[in-house]
Amino acid sequence: MSTTLQTRPAPSAPTPARAVEKIVDCDIHPLPRSPTDIRKYLPERWRSHFDTYGNSFRQPFVGADLWPKPAPYISRRDAYPPGGGPPGSDLAFMREQHLDPFNVEYGVLQVLAPTGSNQRNAEYGAALCSAINDWQLAEWTGLEPRLRGSLVVTQESPDAAVKEIRRHGRNRQFAQVSVAQRTLEPLGRKRYWPIFAEAAAHDLPIGIHTGGFNGHAAVPGGGWCSYYAESHHLIALGMQALLTSMVMEGVFEEFPTLKVVLIEGGLSWIPSLRWRLDGLWQRLGREVPHVKRPPSDYIREHFFFSTQPVDDIEKPEQQRQLFEWIGWEQLLFSSDYPHWDYDDSRYAFKFTMSKEEKRKLSYDNAMAVFRFDRS
Amino acid sequence: MARHVVARISDIPPGDRKLFTIAGRPIVVFNIRGEFFALLNRCPHQGASLADGLLTGFVNPSKPGKYCYERQGEIIRCPWHGWEFDIATGQSWFDPAKTKVRSYKAQASSGRQLVQGPYKAESFPVSLEEDYVVVDV
Repeated sequence: MSTTLQTRPAPSAPTPARAVEKIVDCDIHPLPRSPTDIRKYLPERWRSHFDTYGNSFRQPFVGADLWPKPAPYISRRDAYPPGGGPPGSDLAFMREQHLDPFNVEYGVLQVLAPTGSNQRNAEYGAALCSAINDWQLAEWTGLEPRLRGSLVVTQESPDAAVKEIRRHGRNRQFAQVSVAQRTLEPLGRKRYWPIFAEAAAHDLPIGIHTGGFNGHAAVPGGGWCSYYAESHHLIALGMQALLTSMVMEGVFEEFPTLKVVLIEGGLSWIPSLRWRLDGLWQRLGREVPHVKRPPSDYIREHFFFSTQPVDDIEKPEQQRQLFEWIGWEQLLFSSDYPHWDYDDSRYAFKFTMSKEEKRKLSYDNAMAVFRFDRS
Repeated sequence: MARHVVARISDIPPGDRKLFTIAGRPIVVFNIRGEFFALLNRCPHQGASLADGLLTGFVNPSKPGKYCYERQGEIIRCPWHGWEFDIATGQSWFDPAKTKVRSYKAQASSGRQLVQGPYKAESFPVSLEEDYVVVDV
């Protein structure tokens, strides 16, 4: 018996078998093919400024990361579009490699770069944010109805932020308002409240994705840490800090319909922070009479957490326990496509979920949090 | 176990790798300095394709101001989360005792040996004059 030599080129990244259940993916990263792509969305007045000054990330190095990342573009090595460009820059390939095989019914875009929310030249920052929002509409959400954008705003200039939210607030192609993780003051402070008011009025959650320095050392503990592996964890501490601030400043008494989505901030700290804050509130609550209810109530009602990256917990039943402590209604599946610490929806969870649990986590919860197509 | 002839050795030059489907399994074959190794093309973590990974080595500690870069081209790093595996054995770097990727015996065989059989025809006409890569699955 003989057959012909296998001459077809070796397949790479075999397309996964089509997953059966539809999902909502709360964290997908599009990237411009070239850093200058958003220039055309800037008004004339800012174009030469952009050409001269570019885009800064308010971190020590220009054009280089503080720590070497595990992969170029912090992305999976098999996510380079065959037509060229960096991972996440090609809509057709994103459909082929991710949206179609994983049956993504809605995907929420998170634009990490470029950014305007850490600009100290406030007007320039506002112009950049507007350009980034227009870029999302023109090149992503306007072409692919499954994708929804993040309305990026200059949170340090609340007036400009409110203006930008009003500009696009009714457009269902935006799923959330996006602010920087590290803000100049803790995020619960009153200077940011106009943004919360406007977002809540449009039924838009505030989405906060990890990362970015905005001029701050990465560490709550003081100073700049040494390693990427170290910094990757410290993101979670930043998330805890902003959550605590929002609760303790009484944001949710003022804005009872506001929702906050914490993306890629880790999960294991959530139950312990809840217990700790409740304990503190019981003992020290007199200092904060505006926090009328236990912090855990506010956390349960207003905060939602994306699942990626799922911690590599040793025993599967411990992961289940963690999810139960957090609360099944607060978990939102996310993949982080195309980043290196991506979660495959079929294999990321090491314990068996019931159909109902899987559906909540992968679909129902996100449909309740994001307005998508509801009027 | 059956022996499958998957390629001519010239199809996989040293330092290269090629992905095959053998007995229904995705298997990636590496050529490391003339020796062939085969791994199941599914990372034990979340199933990513190791064939798309980075071929690398280890930077090991030595005297201050010096480094030693060893096992170059012998370690495959998963394209997703960066788990590293010894291509020769399938063992993971971080947990060699318990975490590994399935490996298969692979070797070069001459056409003369192969025509004596038994070999599985996933394959193609075997010429006496050439050498082939054979994987046991």
